[in-house]
Amino acid sequence: MSLNIGTLISAFPGYLAQGIIWGIMALGLYISFRVLEFSDLTVDGSFAAGGAVTVMLILSGKPALLAVFAAVLVGILCGLCTGLLHTKFGIAPILSGILTQIALYSVNLHILGNKANQAVSVDKYSLLLSLRHPGPAIAAAGIFAAALIAVMYWFFGTELGSAIRATGSNPNMSKAQGINIDRMKVLALALSNGTVALAGGLMAQYQGFADVQMGRGAIVIGLAAIIIGEVFRRLIKITTPFDYAISLFFVIVGGIVYYVIMGIALWLRLPTNDLKLFTALIVAFALAIPQLHERRRLSRRKAGSGKGGAGQ
Amino acid sequence: MIELKNVTKVFHAGTANERRALDGVNLHLFPGDFVTVIGSNGAGKSTMLNAIAGVWPIDEGSIVLGGKEISHLPEHRRAPMLGRVFQDPMTGTAADMQILENLALAARRGKRRGLKWHYTPIEREDYRELLNMLGLGLEDRLTAKVGLLSGGQRQALTLLMATLVQPQLLLLDEHTAALDPKTAQKVLEITDRIVSENSLTTLMVTHNMNDAIRHGNRLIMMDSGRVIFDCSGEEKKKLTVEDLMEKFSSASGGSGGSLADDRALLS
Repeated sequence: MSLNIGTLISAFPGYLAQGIIWGIMALGLYISFRVLEFSDLTVDGSFAAGGAVTVMLILSGKPALLAVFAAVLVGILCGLCTGLLHTKFGIAPILSGILTQIALYSVNLHILGNKANQAVSVDKYSLLLSLRHPGPAIAAAGIFAAALIAVMYWFFGTELGSAIRATGSNPNMSKAQGINIDRMKVLALALSNGTVALAGGLMAQYQGFADVQMGRGAIVIGLAAIIIGEVFRRLIKITTPFDYAISLFFVIVGGIVYYVIMGIALWLRLPTNDLKLFTALIVAFALAIPQLHERRRLSRRKAGSGKGGAGQ
Repeated sequence: MIELKNVTKVFHAGTANERRALDGVNLHLFPGDFVTVIGSNGAGKSTMLNAIAGVWPIDEGSIVLGGKEISHLPEHRRAPMLGRVFQDPMTGTAADMQILENLALAARRGKRRGLKWHYTPIEREDYRELLNMLGLGLEDRLTAKVGLLSGGQRQALTLLMATLVQPQLLLLDEHTAALDPKTAQKVLEITDRIVSENSLTTLMVTHNMNDAIRHGNRLIMMDSGRVIFDCSGEEKKKLTVEDLMEKFSSASGGSGGSLADDRALLS
């Protein structure tokens, strides 16, 4: 049972492609969790919905790009649903998301023609990306990621996007400045889940099937990508007018790093059954880093070594 | 300018904790009035400001601002007419956003927020000038996150934001209470200047009776959700802290319950 580094290297392009796709998903999560500070659990459902819609439309002969576009629209509807449950009926954020997610399980089964999964073969259909061709898959996912970063950078720099950021940062101040925060929340959740569904549509094509379970754990993976990205982002201490775009770029980097770590875990023959446990440990560790960092800084300062205090 | 008629608000109605926070408040402000509001804890000072701002709907009465009945409007729809500064310096600004971004948000109060860039180059220069007038050194820190500012700086910035779009009424809810005495005086100076330069109609809640006497052209005292004393002009100029203490003690039935707290603030 020797470990052959060659197998790890040959699997790398696949991890890269999947990492970018999960990174796109994480960018969607970034809108709800980071910009709006709304813990939205819809995403497990909207990711699968995106995959299901994409595959069914491609199977019915529609062009793959159009299918992905439709997936985005369906994701937007999912987000609207959660947003309205929260703002119109006063249901708590987490519960609103869970309700939509649960409902989507049934909806997704219907979309998939009452089956748990549907395959779409790259031999029969023209797909945007597939695991059979890792190089072009990386390029295609990379183009989507770059376009998304550009659009998000622009949008959150507009008056409307700025109002959404203010809503997340300080809802009371936003109301006092005349912002309809309910509308901003619904809009942000719609955009967030639209992005997540886009990632679902790309993932379904990449793996060659859509599965009603494909979104399970998406939130945790997305959070892992965001947090790992932030850890790496902190290492680079440059400030440019494009800071925001760089932060978004590092969410994609986080997705890739997460997948490479997973790849290494598999390569080390970690039992597949333990992968979710492993994921949870990575996320818990990444979440703990800022706390641990701060504690170490404080204890160092107490010790009076004079180091590190000035840093960050 | 603003007229409150029989405004009533009961919290926790029908429970053991039922509290009549506003008990038929009547108040009429003339354009340009700078009214200071005093009263002991729980007298209804902040509650009255929140009723005007629309934080929650009132139970009875009417609020007319600039000839328009506003008591049924949600908070964000009243915002275009109101400038607000809060007791907690954290409340009035978005900490994760830049000084420039906060000002740009405030400059669009009551306007449609579309897909244009969130500030223009001209605004940037205007803000630099406005910040320069505050004299707090913020003009060179336009792109700094507001979370890095001190409490006093944040309150001064919030004042600027509250008046960037000229409000029909400025609501100051103990906006210097969380600051140290020196900073509080500085923020009050800035307040006086902004109010007089723009001849703003203003309601300023304060715990400090000296400040209440020294600032504004009119003073009202509240107790148990009602306005119990209202004076202006020459009469207000002659007021002393002792006069106010007397009013307080007669209002609280000589028991002097909250009186001791208020006396402590005078030293």
